[in-house]
Amino acid sequence: MIHSIVQMGYLISGIGFILGLKMMSSPQKAVRGNFIAASGMILAVVLTIIYCLYVQPVIPYVSLLTVAVAIALGTIVGYLISYKVQMTAMPQMVSLFNAMGGGSAMLIGWMELQHGVQLAGTWIILSAGAMIGAVSFSGSGIAYLKLSGKKVEAANYGVRTLGFFLPLLLAGGMLIGHSWFSSQAIAITVLIGIALVYGVIFVLPIGGADMPVVISLLNSFTGMAAGLAGIAYQNKVMIIGGILVGAAGLLLTLLMCKAMNRSIMNVLLGAFKKENKKSKGDVGNLGVIQETDASEVALNLAYAGKVAIIPGYGLAVAQAQHACHQLEKMLEEHGVETIYVIHPVAGRMPGHMNVLLAEADVSYEKLIEMDEVNDQMDAFDVVIVIGANDVVNPAAEQNSSSKIYGMPIIRAHRAKSVVVIKRSMNAGYAGIENELFHLPNCKMLFADAKKGLNDIATAMKKF
Amino acid sequence: MEQLNQFFFEHTETIYFVVLCVLLGVEVISGVPAMLHTPLMSGANAIHGVVLIGALLVTLQLDSNDYAGLIIGALAVFLGTLNVAGGFFVTGRMLEMFKPKPDKKRK
Repeated sequence: MIHSIVQMGYLISGIGFILGLKMMSSPQKAVRGNFIAASGMILAVVLTIIYCLYVQPVIPYVSLLTVAVAIALGTIVGYLISYKVQMTAMPQMVSLFNAMGGGSAMLIGWMELQHGVQLAGTWIILSAGAMIGAVSFSGSGIAYLKLSGKKVEAANYGVRTLGFFLPLLLAGGMLIGHSWFSSQAIAITVLIGIALVYGVIFVLPIGGADMPVVISLLNSFTGMAAGLAGIAYQNKVMIIGGILVGAAGLLLTLLMCKAMNRSIMNVLLGAFKKENKKSKGDVGNLGVIQETDASEVALNLAYAGKVAIIPGYGLAVAQAQHACHQLEKMLEEHGVETIYVIHPVAGRMPGHMNVLLAEADVSYEKLIEMDEVNDQMDAFDVVIVIGANDVVNPAAEQNSSSKIYGMPIIRAHRAKSVVVIKRSMNAGYAGIENELFHLPNCKMLFADAKKGLNDIATAMKKF
Repeated sequence: MEQLNQFFFEHTETIYFVVLCVLLGVEVISGVPAMLHTPLMSGANAIHGVVLIGALLVTLQLDSNDYAGLIIGALAVFLGTLNVAGGFFVTGRMLEMFKPKPDKKRK
């Protein structure tokens, strides 16, 4: 009786996960989707506790109390962290919670194998789950540190490639040849140790701008680890939740890579190699950089009819979303039509820019996706590029020898005039010259995004 | 090899189940617009906290005098709960911002 109730309950939980994830594909239903998935999780937890108590001959008060305390603590800490965090720090948060899940998968795999298992298949599944969890745990931890601004040195390409493949081979060999060890308990301890180190090697050399891809991949890893544990326990709801996220996370990772026009191996094994001297020659015939100041920009904006704002990574770093909304409101009061054009990979994660701007109360209808306006960019009198670089580089469309050739870009260069707010002439993530900055219709305002926007807003008050 | 063969034979149903889940995961995500990728990643992150169920299963079925196991189990449950609770709270907070704000618009 209790078995079938629990199984049916798990089915409902599983449906909750699937529906919840599905509903997140529309902004209107997404909040409800999150609620449904969370309810499914609570149901699954309650059912599991009931089931465990039922199958035990005596009620295990000690472990019950321990579990209750652990759940209460986890909930409170999770609540506090997630409500304290800044919206710009979201990617770190996802990474941190992902590390927790990975750590949990690692620990349960380790515990389970302390007593050893009979079937080789069960051994492989449990230890693979524990190892993937461990990679996710240490990798996400490093990702969290890197995104929080801690500098970590990168190794060179050759060392990195070796570091990438060698542990994989090693672990694969040990997974099959676990009989070399005197017991599975020792084997899994060694394997988890290798996996933890591997997680660090794996994430350490990857640059800040690529972190979203890595976090998404590690997210997928934790899902797989949970799914593998589910297979070992023959627990359907764990399989649904884990494998669903494992597959979805992997696809999401590939989608992100596609938006940046890079392959997954390219992201993992090494960033763009250093610009060689030959291609530097190509940009010799570019125009002169024209500098401008806040009051000139304000003047142009005040008399413009249509303005587009292109926010980028720099806006997120400077936390300038509120200053940006402030300026947008002033423009609207002047009767200037203002929209935001969002590149798919603007910010630190796809959609991150939308979250940031939504936080600053920018209305949802003003956020336009790149593809919707890209053919009408010449209708804009002024385009303000804030802390973005490669996503507006016309070389991606015009220069077939450029390494970002083929990457989708916002055609800012087509607008009647362009203002780029940027701290310096430093190259963007791709490390290449941006032709846009040299065009006659483009002017540079060298400032931190927040300060630049505030200065323009102050100057606007005069008009 | 014989053992592996036996394993696959005994778990045919599970293998089907896993493969279908993979296809479902791919299908569910493919319609999502890029602007929702961050909340989606966060939501998916919360869902894989289902590993908590595994932590509960292990911990609640320990021998009552296995204190070392209990400590590690409690840690696993704590980490799993943190993943679930933190994940859903953060996702909720993010999605809250996408909600239309009727009060402000009417003015």
